[in-house]
Amino acid sequence: MAKVNKAFRPVAITANDLRSGRVLYRTFEGGWAPDVARAEIARDPARADALLAAAKADHDRGVVVEPFAISVDPVTGMPVALREQIRATGPTVGIESEH
Amino acid sequence: MYRYDEFDSDFVRQRVAEFRDQVARRLSGELTEDQFKPLRLMNGVYLQLHAYMLRIAIPYGVLSARQLRKLAHIARVYDRGYGHFTTRQNLQFNWVELARIPDLLGELADVEMHAIQTSGNCIRNVTADHFAGAAADEAVDPRPYAEILRQWSSLHPEFSFLPRKFKIAVTGAERDRAAIQVHDIGLQARRDADGAIGFAVYVGGGQGRTPMIAKKIRDFLPESDLLAYCTAILRVYNLEGRRDNKYKARIKILVHEMGEADLIREVEREFEGLRGTPLALPAAEVARIARYFAPPDLAELPPHSVVLDSRSAGDPDLSRFVRRNLTAHRAPGYTALTISLKAIGEAPGDASADQMDAVADLAERYAFGEIRVSHEQNLILPHVRLDDVPALHAGLQAAGLATPNAGLVTDIIACPGLDYCALANARSIPVAQRIAERFADPVRQDAIGDLKIKISGCINACGHHHVGHIGLLGVDRKGEEFYQITLGGSADETATIGEIVGPGFPADRVVDAIEAIVDVYLRLRHDASEDFLAAYRRIGAEPFKSALYAEV
Repeated sequence: MAKVNKAFRPVAITANDLRSGRVLYRTFEGGWAPDVARAEIARDPARADALLAAAKADHDRGVVVEPFAISVDPVTGMPVALREQIRATGPTVGIESEH
Repeated sequence: MYRYDEFDSDFVRQRVAEFRDQVARRLSGELTEDQFKPLRLMNGVYLQLHAYMLRIAIPYGVLSARQLRKLAHIARVYDRGYGHFTTRQNLQFNWVELARIPDLLGELADVEMHAIQTSGNCIRNVTADHFAGAAADEAVDPRPYAEILRQWSSLHPEFSFLPRKFKIAVTGAERDRAAIQVHDIGLQARRDADGAIGFAVYVGGGQGRTPMIAKKIRDFLPESDLLAYCTAILRVYNLEGRRDNKYKARIKILVHEMGEADLIREVEREFEGLRGTPLALPAAEVARIARYFAPPDLAELPPHSVVLDSRSAGDPDLSRFVRRNLTAHRAPGYTALTISLKAIGEAPGDASADQMDAVADLAERYAFGEIRVSHEQNLILPHVRLDDVPALHAGLQAAGLATPNAGLVTDIIACPGLDYCALANARSIPVAQRIAERFADPVRQDAIGDLKIKISGCINACGHHHVGHIGLLGVDRKGEEFYQITLGGSADETATIGEIVGPGFPADRVVDAIEAIVDVYLRLRHDASEDFLAAYRRIGAEPFKSALYAEV
């Protein structure tokens, strides 16, 4: 049995929707959702690889673009990096109007 | 302003049709992302953090009221009701859907606009002095030459795949408001003793990770040689510029590595071979293009406006606006009026659809329907009667656009930063907002006087931090936003790259640091007539360093 890599941090898979460009996360159901809370969290490298492979297949099928793995907090599931927090929740500055 | 001829119009329409087909093929799966990405970039479509972003070219920053109204319509129908004016006098929409972009581009074509060459390793949108044709100190209107360069550089077959992007700026005044010395090519149109028009030619300036001030390689290039000489520069760059390293591919690196003398020799040799070719600009063609930029029908007026003087005497808001947001016009009784897109607490350069409509309406009513975008992310009405300023000011107030801060500490340039941009390392907009809020008191702003703060969220320097009197560069230090401060930069005719003052500051301390810098300036300046840059040049960095790092 392979030893669990202690350096591994839980990840989720994100991408952008091909048509709209909106941020999406790979869900437990194998689809994509805009809500990071619905993202499946891979807790070991094998699962992370499998999720990323599935995401790349969706990239090749023209569903999403630029899929990649992001580190997430193992408890809250929220992205660790500020850049990914901003992708998950939108610009941190007031947007003048939402149509 | 310039009007498309049939060729321009057909060309843009064909490009929309071509892109429509490309998008359809991408959505159907016929094109892969790898195949499609360069095609979308050629049409100004980026994928940013949250969505696709469309960058629309505003040639040399000149817009008609009709065009601005169309941009407002696009903001409402295709985006989230606002747009972002950039430091290249362009407009970016942050939330467009790929599937709808062909329709959007079709609407733009209706008003003679497009997004071609707003990305990629080609000659980008040519920028110009935003007071062109209006400023009292102007020797030559740069717009006809900017337009000639636009036509020449659009889909230029030889220069569509350069080593890296290429930016040209043109001014026609001694006072440089177009930052020509930090461009790949900077042109200053001027007149010789006989009144003939020519250009001072600067080459190899730029910002980014290796900031450099351009070298002047010609003091007076005759007007007719403009395209031949630019072709010679581009040809040398295209052949000799580095393609092995993206970070060393701009012409500034070539100029630096070749040395000025060798570069001039190469350019002049290339130019010799191009003389007398069809690239020589026929005077009749220059005159034909220049007619598009004929001044509007200005009345003969006294230099002072009794109406404005008496109204502003009793209205402190108007008085402050007059003091800061009006620029001397070449015609008596007129002014060039700056509409600040830097309301305290708002994102620099953002305008809502309603605000765009309001500016279009006011421009039509009071300013010959003409609008400019400045590289400082403000809008300009270039020809306004002084008598009309009170009414115009009231109209701007109603639209939330009357902030009287042009050139002041709160008139901050900021790139989109990590709130939008895929390249950014740190946020820019919230820092700009917090600085503006700290200095919101108009009396305090007046006391500080002219001060340009410029903020970039990464080393690519879209926020021009290298040439800010105070520059801020956002960096990512182990996942935390830090801001490196530079002082003494300038983008005008005394162009200077700012000096890094010391270690960076975390986000929660950067506004205090700016305030400390401003306080040192206020304490050490001779008097209010010595502005920040002049004082810095006199006293140097040391007093600022002591104030910033004394306790550390």
